[in-house]
Amino acid sequence: MASTIRMRAVSSGDTTEVQALVQHPMDSGFVKDAQGNLIPPHYIEVVEFEHAGKSVFTAYWGPAVSKDPYIKFSFKGAQKGDDLTVSWVDNKGATDSLVGKIQ
Amino acid sequence: MRRAVLLALALFGLAAPPVFAADSVNPQADFKAFRDYFTKRFAKVPLDDFVNGPYSMDADLRKQWVEIDAFPPYQFALDKGKQMFETPFKNGKTYADCFPNKGIGIRQNYPYFDTKSGEVVTLDVALNQCRQANGEELLDYTKDDMAALTAYMAYTSRGKPFDIKIPDDPRALAAYRKGEEYFYTRRGQLNFSCASCHVQSAGDHIRTEVLAPALGLVAALPIYRSEWGGMGTTSRRLITCNSQVRAVPLKAEDEPYRDVEYYLSYMSNGLPISGPGARP
Amino acid sequence: MHRGTFIKLAIIVSVGAMTTAAVAASADDFKAAYAKAEAAEKQAGALKNQWTTTESELKAAQAAANAGNYDEAVKRAQQAEALANASIAQAKEQATAWTQAVIR
Repeated sequence: MASTIRMRAVSSGDTTEVQALVQHPMDSGFVKDAQGNLIPPHYIEVVEFEHAGKSVFTAYWGPAVSKDPYIKFSFKGAQKGDDLTVSWVDNKGATDSLVGKIQ
Repeated sequence: MRRAVLLALALFGLAAPPVFAADSVNPQADFKAFRDYFTKRFAKVPLDDFVNGPYSMDADLRKQWVEIDAFPPYQFALDKGKQMFETPFKNGKTYADCFPNKGIGIRQNYPYFDTKSGEVVTLDVALNQCRQANGEELLDYTKDDMAALTAYMAYTSRGKPFDIKIPDDPRALAAYRKGEEYFYTRRGQLNFSCASCHVQSAGDHIRTEVLAPALGLVAALPIYRSEWGGMGTTSRRLITCNSQVRAVPLKAEDEPYRDVEYYLSYMSNGLPISGPGARP
Repeated sequence: MHRGTFIKLAIIVSVGAMTTAAVAASADDFKAAYAKAEAAEKQAGALKNQWTTTESELKAAQAAANAGNYDEAVKRAQQAEALANASIAQAKEQATAWTQAVIR
């Protein structure tokens, strides 16, 4: 099953820059479909990035974030070749995660 | 009020413009005039950069685009398109069997004039023709599946120059001319033509958007629009442009739409495919 | 002399308008007005030049008629006809005017 996450992490000196694109409908619950019925809320609640067992970035998303969200951040303390894990949980309890190598 | 409107329109009709005979259609001359107009008006823009639409017109917008393009939002549509392209039909054949070069790196040759049917064939239409020939249901010209498929095909042609041909056939010249007519004809209650925005106001703002120049306009299709939150087909763009000027749109891939795509693509001959594009 | 005639005409027209307003529109009045508007919109369709606002005026006219509000319905139908006629005039004018805009 194809992952919903695309991630790229590049380290330069002490800083690692991370970009990720997550495939998710991020329905707010306020939008109506063509028939006039409300599309039920379906959005990611928490996104977590972990390095060496520690959380380096946590995002609390929700109905205000748009479809297929993109995230970019930097953190210190990692090296080229290290693993970086990203995972998300949505309001229906579904999850996905990805482990990538820092380049 | 109504009388005033009709009176104003009647005054417009008083001047009698010259009538152009069909055999005076000269695509080569039009091509040169079109190219010269834009390169003179936007002298600082490198020729190939026109395919980047609003980004060739606005430096700040360009900066944002370069950042976005490092991790393009259309990645998912592209992956889906590749998967669709490679999945065999129920009869075991694939899209590769319908197209030259197995369908890879051919987008820059579309639309073409089909001398057998006497009509302009766009890439989207050719894809559906392939599906029909292989017993598959046709794809809706305005929805995600066609957008994903054409996005992938555009991607395999990135950087390849447009190579649109007008065969020595009066019907092809007529289609070209009809496309040109569509482009310059005002329509809708707002009385805009395609040219109103993409020629006269190219590089200017329309509300918060920067208008792309007509030169290279179709090179980025299909486009992922942040406004749509997804990839959209050429047909979708033409239809929404129509309704935005309060003109009732035609059906997707109706003859005038195919003709105007033919005209605009020919005008962009030599410019590189930049699709699938990411736009605000 | 000219101005005097114009003023007389203006008075006649406005009195005429006031007179018609004093009598409420009927369902038949609406049917007639709507038919005219629809015919004009059909003509615009044949020229492939309909406006979205014409379509919404037609819908509004029908909705008003359905609610029994025939004065409003007739007014909207007449507005729809005017818009349709304007779109026809636009198409006819543009059929030759477009060549003036071409980059040469």
